[in-house]
Amino acid sequence: MNFKERVLQVIAEVCEDDVVKENHDLDIFEEGLIDSFATVELLVQFQEQLDINVPITEFDRDTWNTPNAIVDRLNELK
Amino acid sequence: MTPYSSFLFFIILGILLLPTMILGTMGKRFRYYNVFVSIVVLAIIFSEGGSGFFSLIAFTILQLVLIKGYITYRQTKNSSLVFYVISLLSILPLILSKVLPILAVDNWASFLGISYLTFRAVQIIIETRDGLIKEQLSIFQLVNFMLFYPTISSGPIDRFRRFQKDEEKRWAPEEYKELLYKGINKIFIGFLYKFIIGYSINSYFIMNLDYIADGKFSYHLLYMYSYSLYLFFDFAGYTAFAVGVSYIMGIRSPENFNKPFLSRNIKDFWNRWHMSLSFWFRDYVFMRFVFLMKKKKWIKNKMLVSNLGYILLFLLMGVWHGLAIQYIIYGAYHALMMTGFNFFETWNKKHKRWPTGRAMTIVSIVITFHVVCFGFYLFSGKPFQ
Repeated sequence: MNFKERVLQVIAEVCEDDVVKENHDLDIFEEGLIDSFATVELLVQFQEQLDINVPITEFDRDTWNTPNAIVDRLNELK
Repeated sequence: MTPYSSFLFFIILGILLLPTMILGTMGKRFRYYNVFVSIVVLAIIFSEGGSGFFSLIAFTILQLVLIKGYITYRQTKNSSLVFYVISLLSILPLILSKVLPILAVDNWASFLGISYLTFRAVQIIIETRDGLIKEQLSIFQLVNFMLFYPTISSGPIDRFRRFQKDEEKRWAPEEYKELLYKGINKIFIGFLYKFIIGYSINSYFIMNLDYIADGKFSYHLLYMYSYSLYLFFDFAGYTAFAVGVSYIMGIRSPENFNKPFLSRNIKDFWNRWHMSLSFWFRDYVFMRFVFLMKKKKWIKNKMLVSNLGYILLFLLMGVWHGLAIQYIIYGAYHALMMTGFNFFETWNKKHKRWPTGRAMTIVSIVITFHVVCFGFYLFSGKPFQ
């Protein structure tokens, strides 16, 4: 699995929905796939599975809103 | 003078901001002129007795020392204990201002806007802890952000990094004209909401409820609805002024309301009502609490973690409004509603019993509206009189 696939896998696990693997430009907040609780879960999983530390305050809903955007942000932080 | 409470205030503001508008539409920088405006307006607001001018100065100096000291410390070390102590010291004046009146002593710690200013300061400390603010900030940057007068008395609560981006931005004439247009538009919406609708609800309806209602129950029921609407129009009107004036000064302060009475459930409501406050609590209390619990693996049960987070958030939000019975009960009430909804949402995700469709959306909106209005009824203090 490449990096992008791994990230998508983590997002799909947290959202409990595989739709994020197919539509990479889906707004996961607007679609109600994720809330603030699940967001924290996502950050913990990024840390545990990908070893990338994303501070809560870094996670801005406007710039981390789609699977593609999340992959881009994580690439910047890697 | 209380901000946005009289036409005189708007006239003074209009005259003071005229050069900003001219400079802006010409594409010239106005940030230094804005500093001058800020000093004059702050002097007008705080020159009135009882507004706590000296407490404001002492508060600002304390926060500057804490923030600058913590940034310097954080550049080399990162102890959790230091972070918690600094945060506590930063909130201490706010705690004092809430506790002193109960002890029936002179409330020397309080000043207009202390509840909102504290959030601006604590937020910088938290972002420094998270490593998002690394470079030392100048006294000018900090004071400019903390004492940004358009939002000083009741928010919206802006974020430092967002504010800073706008503050440093050089607006092209076309961009500024659009900003100015939006700002003026917001100020007129503010007049409509606060001085026409809100004022009318209060003086023609709430004040005359004794004659309108024909019994104790109908009195309280009508009070519940009218107070909720009044609260919204009054506060949304104030916010429109604050955001509108910010826009004219080239700062896009965040919004506070997004059609809150059309919320489909209580969670949705808190994403639409007093947003800058609820998002602050979401980001800096709820999410941090959940993160800590998960990382340290102190509590495994997901439902329990999120519910404890909600209880913590809403009880804090309650006492933040004031240490009075109605605010504490208001906080507890919303904690109860959120945890209740949390159980329901999880249950419904599995069983899918709650029907979907247009009609059900309307039913959801009506139910949420009543839950929310009852909350405001508690908040008003009427049931405890």
